[in-house]
Amino acid sequence: MAERTLLVSKINNGTVIDHIPPGKSFKVLSILSIDSRISYTVTIAVHVLSKKGGYKDIIKIEDRFLQRDELDRISMVAPGATISIIKDYEIVEKFTVKIPDEIVGIVNCPNQNCISNSREPIKSRFVVKSQKPILIQCFYCQRPLTDLEIITNI
Amino acid sequence: MLFQKSLVSIEDVSTEDIEEILKISDSMVKLLEAHKNPHSMDSYVMATLFFEPSTRTRLSFESAMHRLGGSVLSVSDVSSSSVAKGETLADTIRMAEAYSDIIVIRHPLEGAARLATQFTAKPIINAGDGSGQHPTQTLLDLFTIWKEFHSLDGLNVSLVGDLKYGRTVHSLIMALSRYDVNINLVSPPSLRIPDHFLARIPKSKKVRITESLDDVIDSSDVLYVTRIQKERFADKNEYLGLIGSYSIDEVIAGKMKKSAIIMHPLPRVDEIKPEVDFTGNARYFRQASYGVPVRMALISLMMGVS
Ligand SMILES: Nc1ncnc2c1ncn2[C@@H]1O[C@H](COP(=O)(O)OP(=O)(O)OP(=O)(O)O)[C@@H](O)[C@H]1O
Ligand SMILES: [Mg+2]
Ligand SMILES: [Zn+2]
Repeated sequence: MAERTLLVSKINNGTVIDHIPPGKSFKVLSILSIDSRISYTVTIAVHVLSKKGGYKDIIKIEDRFLQRDELDRISMVAPGATISIIKDYEIVEKFTVKIPDEIVGIVNCPNQNCISNSREPIKSRFVVKSQKPILIQCFYCQRPLTDLEIITNI
Repeated sequence: MLFQKSLVSIEDVSTEDIEEILKISDSMVKLLEAHKNPHSMDSYVMATLFFEPSTRTRLSFESAMHRLGGSVLSVSDVSSSSVAKGETLADTIRMAEAYSDIIVIRHPLEGAARLATQFTAKPIINAGDGSGQHPTQTLLDLFTIWKEFHSLDGLNVSLVGDLKYGRTVHSLIMALSRYDVNINLVSPPSLRIPDHFLARIPKSKKVRITESLDDVIDSSDVLYVTRIQKERFADKNEYLGLIGSYSIDEVIAGKMKKSAIIMHPLPRVDEIKPEVDFTGNARYFRQASYGVPVRMALISLMMGVS
C-alpha cells in the first residue's frame, strides 16, 4: 500500500535514515555533524508512527552519501536503522546498519585510568561481545559498556 | 603453546598451558631446593619496566631470570626518566625491544601491557596494570593450590574481603572457573563482586555469595583472603567495623578443616592476625615463595628453552 502522504517532498539524490529509535535522531545528527553550517537540505521527523508499530525518527539528507565509519557510528546509537540511498528519486540501495565486530576510533573508553585515554599513538578499540542488547568491551582495559554508556561516550 | 607469546591476561592462557606451567614450576621448585640453577637462559636478556613501584613482584621476576642464568636490564624508576621527558609508552617499548628478548611491564594504567604488545614482536609479561590484570599472581595462586591438593578439581574455594576492587581475585576467579570447583564469595555488601564481572563467570559454575565467613569456614579447602583497603572507606569507623568481621584469627582458623589452607597475595595488614602464621593452615608465605619458580617456568616456556 502506498503511503498516502509523504511528510516532505521526495528527494532527488541523497540518503534516508529510517527506523531510528524515537529520540535518537539528535544523536545521529551530531554524529553526522549536521548543524547550522551545512550547505544541503536535511529533513528531520521526530516521533512519527511507524507502520511496523511503535514510533521512530527519520532523517532525510539531500546530496550526501555516508561513509563506512559514519554508518558504523550510527549502528551504535540507532541499531536497526535502515539506510536508503536515493538517486533520481528512486531507491538504488537499501540496507540495515550493522554493528561491526570491532569498533575502532569511535567510542572513548569511560575508564579514565585506561591507557587508551592517554597520549599514546593508538585509537580507542572495543570488541563487540553482544549485538542485541549491545555490549562492547574495551580491548585495552576490558571495561564493558552498555548502550547508554556507548551513546554518552561516542 | 606459550612460545614467543605474550601474557597480558590469564584469559590468554589455555588450560593446557596452565597445566604445563604448573608441572614445570614444580620441577623448578625441586631445582631450587637442590640449589641447582639451570643455566638455560645464558644468552637471554629480560627488561623490567616498572612505571609503578612494586618491590615484591620486580624482585621475584629478576630473581627468576637470574636463577635461569639470564641477565636483567632494569629501569628502577621509569616514570622519572622517560615519562618525565614526555616519551610515550609505545616508544619506551620500542626502545626496550631493541635491548632485550622479553619485557616485563608494570604500569598504573589499565591496558598498558596490551598496548605494549602492539609495539613489539617480543613477548610481554604483564606484571600488573592499574586495577586490571596481574596474571603471574594468578599462576602462582593456582600453583599453590595445585601443589597442596595435587589437583585443581573437586575443591571448595572461598574468596574473602575486597571482591570489588581486588584485581587478584578477579583473575583468580576467572581461572578457577575453568575447573571443577565451588566458588564462595565472602564480602561486605559494599565490596561485593561487581555484577558485570559476575556475568563473565560461566553459568554452570556453582557460585555462592555471602556476607558471612561462618557460612563457609568449615567447608572450605582454600580460604583466599584479600586486603581490604582503608582508602576505600570515607568513614574510618566503617572500615574498623568491617575489618573486625573479616579478619582471620586463631579462633576462626580453628574452625577450618585440618587440610584446608589460608592464602593471601600479601602484603597483609589487619586481615590475618600474626598468631595465624603458626597454624597448620597458613600458606601465604609459601605462596609468596612460589613467585620465583612459577616465573622461572613461565619465562622458560615463553622463550622456548627447557
Ligand atoms: N525519493 C525519496 N525521497 C525521500 N524519501 C524517500 C524517497 N524514496 C523513499 N523514501 C523514504 O525512504 C524510506 C524507505 O523507503 P521504502 O519505500 O523502502 O519504505 P517502506 O516500504 O516503508 O519500507 P520499510 O520497511 O523500510 O519501512 C521511507 O522512509 C521512505 O519514505
Ligand atoms: Mg516504512
Ligand atoms: Zn578502556
